[in-house]
Amino acid sequence: MRLNYILSDLGIGLKRNLSMTIAVVVTIWVSLSLFGSALLAREQVELMKGNWYDKIQISIFLCTKDSGGRGCSGAEVSQEQKNRIRQVIESSPDTAPDGVFGESKKEAFDQFKKLYKDSPIVSTVTEDQMQESFRVKLKDPQRYQNLVSAVAGLPGVDTVQDLRQYLDPLFKALNGLQVGALVAAGLLLVAALMQISNTIRLAAYARRREIGIMRLVGASNFYIQLPFLLEAVLAALIGALLACGTLWVGVYFVVMQRAQETFRVWQWVGATETFRATVIMVVVGLILAVVPTFLTTRKYLKV
Amino acid sequence: MIRFENVSKTFEGQSKAALLNVNVEIEKGEFVFLVGTSGSGKSTFLRLVLREHRTSKGHIMVAGKDLNRLASWRIPQMRRQIGTVFQDFRLLPNKTVAENVAFALQVIGKPRAHIRKTVPEVLELVGLDGKEDRLPDELSGGEQQRVAIARAFVNRPMILIADEPTGNLDPGTSVGIMKLLDRINRTGTTVVMATHDVSIVDQMRKRVIELENGHVVRDESRGVYGYQH
Ligand SMILES: Nc1ncnc2c1ncn2[C@@H]1O[C@H](COP(=O)(O)OP(=O)(O)OP(=O)(O)O)[C@@H](O)[C@H]1O
Ligand SMILES: [Mg+2]
Repeated sequence: MRLNYILSDLGIGLKRNLSMTIAVVVTIWVSLSLFGSALLAREQVELMKGNWYDKIQISIFLCTKDSGGRGCSGAEVSQEQKNRIRQVIESSPDTAPDGVFGESKKEAFDQFKKLYKDSPIVSTVTEDQMQESFRVKLKDPQRYQNLVSAVAGLPGVDTVQDLRQYLDPLFKALNGLQVGALVAAGLLLVAALMQISNTIRLAAYARRREIGIMRLVGASNFYIQLPFLLEAVLAALIGALLACGTLWVGVYFVVMQRAQETFRVWQWVGATETFRATVIMVVVGLILAVVPTFLTTRKYLKV
Repeated sequence: MIRFENVSKTFEGQSKAALLNVNVEIEKGEFVFLVGTSGSGKSTFLRLVLREHRTSKGHIMVAGKDLNRLASWRIPQMRRQIGTVFQDFRLLPNKTVAENVAFALQVIGKPRAHIRKTVPEVLELVGLDGKEDRLPDELSGGEQQRVAIARAFVNRPMILIADEPTGNLDPGTSVGIMKLLDRINRTGTTVVMATHDVSIVDQMRKRVIELENGHVVRDESRGVYGYQH
């Protein structure tokens, strides 16, 4: 029977503050949507990093007669130089165990022929023009700098190629975008927080007579807070659910329907990641409602 | 029932104490008038009993419990045993008489059956039967104060605190209210009432505690108001 009073209270509260409740719902909706998108973008970047970094290895191209690299002297790399280079690579702490693979001219040529099998260029190139190379896998793909600088410039080394040199700026940019999105989402969430606490304050002010009498006759603090709490939680839940819906729609149309079709080679965020993000969003939404409500109403319950 | 032990109260940011070294003992079932000029500390005395403020010094025991040692989450429980009436009635304007009284029971979680039974009883006790469905502004001041008293008494408190309950009422109506408070007192409820009403105090001949600048300057059983203002 207490529930009855509480629910009728809730109804009255919602009606009285309808426009403010709607404003709170919309703010939570927008801020949580952005927050969720930022979470998903983060997952996406991690996925892409994993994808790329797994495949990435350092390629150390060795000198041919024609190559003009720093460690070349117009001559073919010697066996001695190759041994020395391999030794340097293998003794590096960043090299994965059994991570060194030497590619001979013949293997390079086979690979070349496979890649360009339909192109007339194959007939103009001979095996002798191919470049020998070492392919190195790293223990931690993030740590490539040391090895690259250790090997570059060794006699017999033409060029050291590391794809990450090109990918890292890309990931940095993506990281920056993520941080930007998170900051924007954070600001919006703070705005939502303040809006909720303002709304609660006004609602508490509107009910100050009742609250005063409740305190006087000994209603428990929780009982007094409950209608505010329910109101805030309800608004936050509606906002959070709308945001979750928005995120699903976004993932469905942008990722599942478009991106996944167009860029099949990449792994894309899917249902699992979206679900994870929505759970976090709902939790954040609830915190957003409960914390300011407790803090704001506590002031009215003091004394 | 209520014991002040060397109680002083100085409000924050004030140099002068609102109450100073007050020692008072009020027994169960007593009827006590609290008199004194404006600002002498009567309301402060009553609010300390309600634990709306903490004492600056000294202890207040209510029903054997030291209010300073009362955890703040227990205060609501404690207040359920104290009924309170004010000069300005403090009724909810959008609730009927019966709803105003029932509100006090609803918000402390009393069962509906209990509320349905108790509210008419107490409304009859205060002489408001037949006016259950009126709104407060459809009542006279005296009637509104009866609603407030009904609300204060409906949970059968051990103590009834009244801060100038007749302050807004004419003498005739005031007498009616005093009769009601006297009746409530005779059910065993301890009544503490702050007032400026000379004739009421002189007529009732109850215990009178006079405050002056926060001191107790007089405490006599069957006293009178004592001075003209
Ligand atoms: N909440 C408060 N904050 C600061 N000072 C207060 C507060 N309440 C009361 N006072 C001060 O304490 C003193 C006693 O006030 P109190 O209200 O107890 O007097 P009173 O006897 O009830 O007066 P009245 O007959 O006018 O109601 C006054 O000087 C008043 O200004
Ligand atoms: Mg006063």
